[in-house]
Amino acid sequence: MASTFSMSAEGLAFIKKELTRYETPYSAIIPSLFRVQAEHGWVPPEAVVLLGKTLNLPEAHINEVLYFYTMFNTKPVGKFHIQVCTNISCAMNGGRELTQALCKHYGVEVGQTSADGKVTINKVECLGSCDTAPMMQVNADSYLENLTPESAIKKLKEMGA
Amino acid sequence: MQVKLLSEHYDKPEFQTLGGYERHGGYVVLAKALKMDPNAIIEEVKASGLRGRGGAGFPTGTKWSFLPKNGEPRYLLCNADEGEPGTFKDRVMMEKAPHQLIEGMIMSSFAIGCKKSYIYIRGEYTDSLRIVGKAIQEAYKAGYLGKNILGSGFDHDMDVYSGAGAYICGEETGMISSLEGLKGQPKLKPPFPAVQGYLRKPTIVNNVETLAAVKYIIRDGAASYRKHGTEKSAGTKLFSVSGNVQRPGTYEVPLGLPLKVLINDICGGLKPGRKLKAVIPGGSSAPILTADEANKVTMDYEALAQMGSMLGSGAVIVIDDSNCMVDMLSTIMHFYHHESCGQCTPCREGTGWLNKITHRIAHGHGESKDIELIKKVSEQMMGKTICALSDAAAMPAISFVTKFRDEFETYIKKGQLGAGGAAHA
Repeated sequence: MASTFSMSAEGLAFIKKELTRYETPYSAIIPSLFRVQAEHGWVPPEAVVLLGKTLNLPEAHINEVLYFYTMFNTKPVGKFHIQVCTNISCAMNGGRELTQALCKHYGVEVGQTSADGKVTINKVECLGSCDTAPMMQVNADSYLENLTPESAIKKLKEMGA
Repeated sequence: MQVKLLSEHYDKPEFQTLGGYERHGGYVVLAKALKMDPNAIIEEVKASGLRGRGGAGFPTGTKWSFLPKNGEPRYLLCNADEGEPGTFKDRVMMEKAPHQLIEGMIMSSFAIGCKKSYIYIRGEYTDSLRIVGKAIQEAYKAGYLGKNILGSGFDHDMDVYSGAGAYICGEETGMISSLEGLKGQPKLKPPFPAVQGYLRKPTIVNNVETLAAVKYIIRDGAASYRKHGTEKSAGTKLFSVSGNVQRPGTYEVPLGLPLKVLINDICGGLKPGRKLKAVIPGGSSAPILTADEANKVTMDYEALAQMGSMLGSGAVIVIDDSNCMVDMLSTIMHFYHHESCGQCTPCREGTGWLNKITHRIAHGHGESKDIELIKKVSEQMMGKTICALSDAAAMPAISFVTKFRDEFETYIKKGQLGAGGAAHA
């Protein structure tokens, strides 16, 4: 893994630009981790080593940020990371049944990735779209709202999942 | 019933763009504000009675006046880390009217003598991040941001910053930590951010809706703004209504509106054949109201406080008789346990215990002493931590088991799901 990890030239240029964008170089950590994740799907330990060197910040500090925020994947996820809201308003409107239906459809448990590496399903806390419950977010894309198990599966199929 | 002051043009897609915004009077108020004495703007905001719309309800003008009266560099941070379960009005505002927020922020920055501001948007709001980011670029190109704005001699820079999934970053000092590139852990107050905030510089943190409202206070004057609402809860408020109503959504109404009008008239009431059971009036942290209380209360800071709850972020979750309160409380407790940042023991351990106890009840393994245990644990969590997350978990817990004690007791005796309790995933 260590020998194979690399970032695109654009990615590295983005990170160097973020380094001077804010008042403190530490503020570049979150955008840099997002960039790594956008390119690799998750943030492997080797990426932290690379970021430590590129940002000239301690790896321990980067890890602290990485593990604090829930949007960063510290383990590999499928190409389609399905995040279903199961907080109050979504739970009241079928968010948990939606999660179960998706798990059944893709043959995985919550938190697992399908054998072909295509789909990971997770339950997440409130995504701030309670008037369109139940809803979900796939990767960092626009929200999918007012779902039924059938409409969710249909939309995911259209996306290639 | 609805008063569309901030949301007047939200139904027009063009309002999202600079051109469309300008066609509806955009940035005209900024030109007016930049010709005013900055202190006069602060005084106008004070006179308007505007209170923070993020949750705490602190008077905005008073907060601003805590800044040191010297030329020390200062920051304005817009809190768009909307994470309180049930709340979505800031997202609607940013997506429908990004320039309204930007304009409000520029004039607020001018009032407090601030040359740099950030909009901290929660990371999941990728659409908001894109839309607001683009709007800032448009504002720079049009000369509303940058050097010598509209020839006033006032310089101001603005940027967006993305959160990365942490409810605690909606707490102002947690947000400051996050923007500084640290874990989003809150800091002890005092010093308050107005004295020592972002990078230890004087900092004002205001909610999206608060900053957008400033524009209308300057446009129409404090007296006009005060025509809406009550004496102590002035102006309009955007409520995020969800749960078991026919027409969930974001609605702007004057503060002081009876909750039953909001639910029955504006949101179309409940689904046919359903009865109102309870309402969470201000986001999941707000103590729950019974149907009787909900039918009596008006939606303002004072009336809700008198009823032992709070207006919070204005997130109204309407609960009908198909729901199981044990199930709902365990969902809420899971959330706070997940989101506790872990630095204060009463919160880290307390939210863990509340989650554990409510889940064992929900799964049929509760004991009758658990109800008192929930209360006891909750009471030990309140007022003992750096920030209010611990209280935010304890308050709903106490209110649920007190107001719906019978249901908890029955559930524990039967060891099974009550009305409407769906599958526990």
